[in-house]
Amino acid sequence: MRLPASSGEWIDRSKPVEFSFEGRTFKGYAGDTVSSALWGADVRVLGRSFKYHRPRGVLSLANHDTNALHQWGDQPNVRADVTPLVAGMTLTAVNTFGGLADDKGRFLGKMARFLPVGFYYKAFHTRKLFPMWERMFRTMTGLGSVDLASAQHTTPKAYDFCDVLVIGAGPSGLSAALAAAAQGADVVVVDENAHAGGSATYQIGNDTSRRRLLAELLAKVAADACIRVVTATYAAGYYKDHWIPLVSADRMLKMRAGSVVVASGAFEQPAVFRNNDLPGIMLASAAQRLMYRYGVKPVSKAVVLVANADGYRAALDLLAQGVSVAAVVDLRPAAGSAEPQAKLLRQAGIEILPGSCIVEALPGADGLCAGARIATLQADGSPSAQIRDIACDGILLSVGWAPAANLLYQAGTRMRFDRAVEQFVPEALPDGVFACGRVNGVHELERRLADGTRAGSHAAASVGFGRASGAALPPEAECPSHPWPIVDHPDGKNFVDFDEDLQFKDFRNAVQEGFDNIELLKRFSTNGMGPSQGKHSNMNGLRILARLTGKEPQQVGTTTARPFYHPVPMAILAGRGFNPERRTPLASRHDALGARWMPAGAWQRPEFYQVAGKERLACIREEVAAVRKGVGLIDVGTLGKLEVIGPQAAEFLERVYTSNYANLKVGMTRYAVMCDESGVVIDDGVVARLAEDHFYFTTTTSGAATVYRELSRLNTLWRLDCGIVNHTGAFAAMNLAGPKSREVLATLTGLDLSAAAFPYLALREGEVAVSGGKIPARLMRVGFVGEWGYEIHVPASMGGALWDALMTAGKAHAIRPFGVEAQRLLRLEKGHIIIGQDTDGLTTPLEVGMGWAVKMTKPFFIGQRSLAAIAKKPHKQQLAGITFPVGYSGAVPLECNLVIDGGDIAGRVTSIAFSPSLERYIGLAFLRPDLAAIGTTVSIRLTDGAMVQAEVSATPFYDPDNLKQKEAA
Amino acid sequence: MKILTCPLNGPRPVSEFFYWGEVRPMPDPAAASDDEWADYVFNRNGAPGVKREWWCHTPSNTWFIAERDTEKDLVLKTYFYPGEE
Repeated sequence: MRLPASSGEWIDRSKPVEFSFEGRTFKGYAGDTVSSALWGADVRVLGRSFKYHRPRGVLSLANHDTNALHQWGDQPNVRADVTPLVAGMTLTAVNTFGGLADDKGRFLGKMARFLPVGFYYKAFHTRKLFPMWERMFRTMTGLGSVDLASAQHTTPKAYDFCDVLVIGAGPSGLSAALAAAAQGADVVVVDENAHAGGSATYQIGNDTSRRRLLAELLAKVAADACIRVVTATYAAGYYKDHWIPLVSADRMLKMRAGSVVVASGAFEQPAVFRNNDLPGIMLASAAQRLMYRYGVKPVSKAVVLVANADGYRAALDLLAQGVSVAAVVDLRPAAGSAEPQAKLLRQAGIEILPGSCIVEALPGADGLCAGARIATLQADGSPSAQIRDIACDGILLSVGWAPAANLLYQAGTRMRFDRAVEQFVPEALPDGVFACGRVNGVHELERRLADGTRAGSHAAASVGFGRASGAALPPEAECPSHPWPIVDHPDGKNFVDFDEDLQFKDFRNAVQEGFDNIELLKRFSTNGMGPSQGKHSNMNGLRILARLTGKEPQQVGTTTARPFYHPVPMAILAGRGFNPERRTPLASRHDALGARWMPAGAWQRPEFYQVAGKERLACIREEVAAVRKGVGLIDVGTLGKLEVIGPQAAEFLERVYTSNYANLKVGMTRYAVMCDESGVVIDDGVVARLAEDHFYFTTTTSGAATVYRELSRLNTLWRLDCGIVNHTGAFAAMNLAGPKSREVLATLTGLDLSAAAFPYLALREGEVAVSGGKIPARLMRVGFVGEWGYEIHVPASMGGALWDALMTAGKAHAIRPFGVEAQRLLRLEKGHIIIGQDTDGLTTPLEVGMGWAVKMTKPFFIGQRSLAAIAKKPHKQQLAGITFPVGYSGAVPLECNLVIDGGDIAGRVTSIAFSPSLERYIGLAFLRPDLAAIGTTVSIRLTDGAMVQAEVSATPFYDPDNLKQKEAA
Repeated sequence: MKILTCPLNGPRPVSEFFYWGEVRPMPDPAAASDDEWADYVFNRNGAPGVKREWWCHTPSNTWFIAERDTEKDLVLKTYFYPGEE
């Protein structure tokens, strides 16, 4: 039932919103949450509990009503208590069998004694029965259902900075923000609720001065240009150096703050008595939220169970909103500071029962709350046998608070249990983290304002704004939380944790079984492991454990608080995928030629060029044939391209590569292998000497960034007189290869391309004619694919023009662009290895036939000392060529298939492909050295277990004397 | 995410940095026995405490030294190699 409209309410009564729940249509208002709209429409059962499928209603309305989880289309586990109502919502309760009203899971409540605490750990010892149990529990448990066909929700991420971040926009947080802003700090206040104000928006006690105070506070904050208020957003965690993810419905904002004020308040805590979960029993703060935020009448006739002044104010609020109050039951002997409120209540004819408790709530025929069974408390704190029943349709609980200290714990705050307030309070805060208000053990409203002002001033001062003023407040005059709001009952069903349906006796049993440590108790009993993560159960669980083990709460301690504060949807965590992708300056040319792209490190490279109507393999083989018989062109601009310049440039290269470079002639190139300190091959390339003190060298595509970085470090360490420049993105590079390559290039350059003037492995700097003029180029005569060829490097901006010129000039010889697949095949035919493909994290150059490139006589190179040690020992493996006979039509191994000898692993295949040039399968394999002799037959086990034979063969497979790529000696 | 202070670029988020490892002097390769050399190449000291480490600010390719207390999770200071100027 709705109350008459009141000022300050969050709903807009001019905007009705229609939605459906469990097949029935309801009407709420814009600004409602799902729960407030349903409760306003007199729906009392919002969901079923997890274990016993008991009907549940509103508990907190503060994001821990985890029995009211609903399925909304493809969104599972929507939290009804805090999710804004949207027009057209179609909702069903999760965790029911056959609907909320007729849930067939109800029978589980009757089986409770067969499901004792920790039964998960006790019931499944029989291996044979395990599959049955597993199937059953997968059906029974789990809440909402995931729609695998649902569209992907991509969410943005945002980044922001502020001097002071205040978490919580209640009275203490707003005061902190004002104080920090007054000292000149840029302040952000974040609050998970739809509007700022926190408890001041509903803990009113029918006192207009309290309303006025909040209105003034909000007006001051709104008028302050230094304060930004972010609502409907929660601080999901605390990360090092004040990095706080702020999560809202559609995105995460990563806030880097100079300092943080945690003003997150406290969670009101339930009392434990039999049937304390019946719909109609709720926290007093939940009832106040319903009335003042959503204009919903929480119940018609209430019993209010109190242990602090907040409860008396709640009773006054109920009266003011037309709810009749059957009685106020105070766990304490007297009203204490709430005497003025108690007096008002008595004047209104309300009965106040001090020193009493509720032993049991009485269900009606409909399963809802229909009465409270009251008893006086005896000297030992247990209820007397004399009971009295009071009819009511709701019980409101106001017996204490637990600090919302999750972020303080995550930040590394040392907490101490303060008996004066019966809660944990910060004892030692990390640098730049401040706490105020209820989370700091300060409860009375005026004191919260003062505490906020103090914390805000200190937080601003800690980042250099103004001087810190204000000292910690004296302790609270009256304890706001009862130390034992718990009543045992022989028939149980006195719930401590509503998420997991844990009763008081479950704790006793768990402790009896030896799980008497807070972390063990949590895991064995699952207390605090449900969706609300103990926000309403950890404090009572801790009290019970302390009492059962005869310890102080301080000794019992708390479980570890980890991110996230509330569950964060995966889509929000994932955000949008950002995978940086690099393309060479020739990418548009490749696209125009039908390139099929493949990733190579951070780069995209053409795998092959699609010719209309032809299969992939046919295209690749045609590209290979073009290079072997005519001419081909490949983009090699992804290679790392570095320069080292300076008097000690040669010395530097001598130290980082295994070969000699001091004796390399100007205008010549040399193959280069790089090892790490353990002697393992990590990269290769070509070093060219441009001048005595100037080298240009390439690295592998995927190694470019790391090689450059490590060379920079080594030069920092060695302090040689030379500098390293990374030209990888600044140069375009392509390789023109094939018997006709010289003829093609000759049409574009004045350079003397004769073998005498431009011999094999030489480098020449010259000009190449392109459309529109001539461009400077570095040309290297390298083998690369085993044909006569030139690798041409030009400034990146001129790469396209050079590619076009070469393609045009090559037309007469049917030039073909070729991709990575053809390149790999051509290079495999030459027996060239690929670092990382034919080597792994343990491969030395000695094992892959590169001993010739390792100059052990040099004074020093990285890896030399390790290779010297390794050389003394027998090799464990040797890379060798393998071939299958011409015309072989059987199954062929895949890369990584194992070589087997005498039942043992004796090697593995690293590369394998069909060579069109040789008309047979060729490959490379690591072999035990005794199997690596040419002509040996080795057995290879295929993926399906079948064995095939291959012959160890000499490499290069193609043109073994390298006559194609260089002039005759 | 942590913040690390690059001596060239000032405080930056740690995701911009590359961690290399502890600064460890290389023994003389000629004088070291195989065992001493293997110890240098393969063994690292994981005991918590104050470490001198190589770090690189990758966008600017700036190498520097960070002194970190790995026990208290604190960066004590950062400076260019080799000195503390």
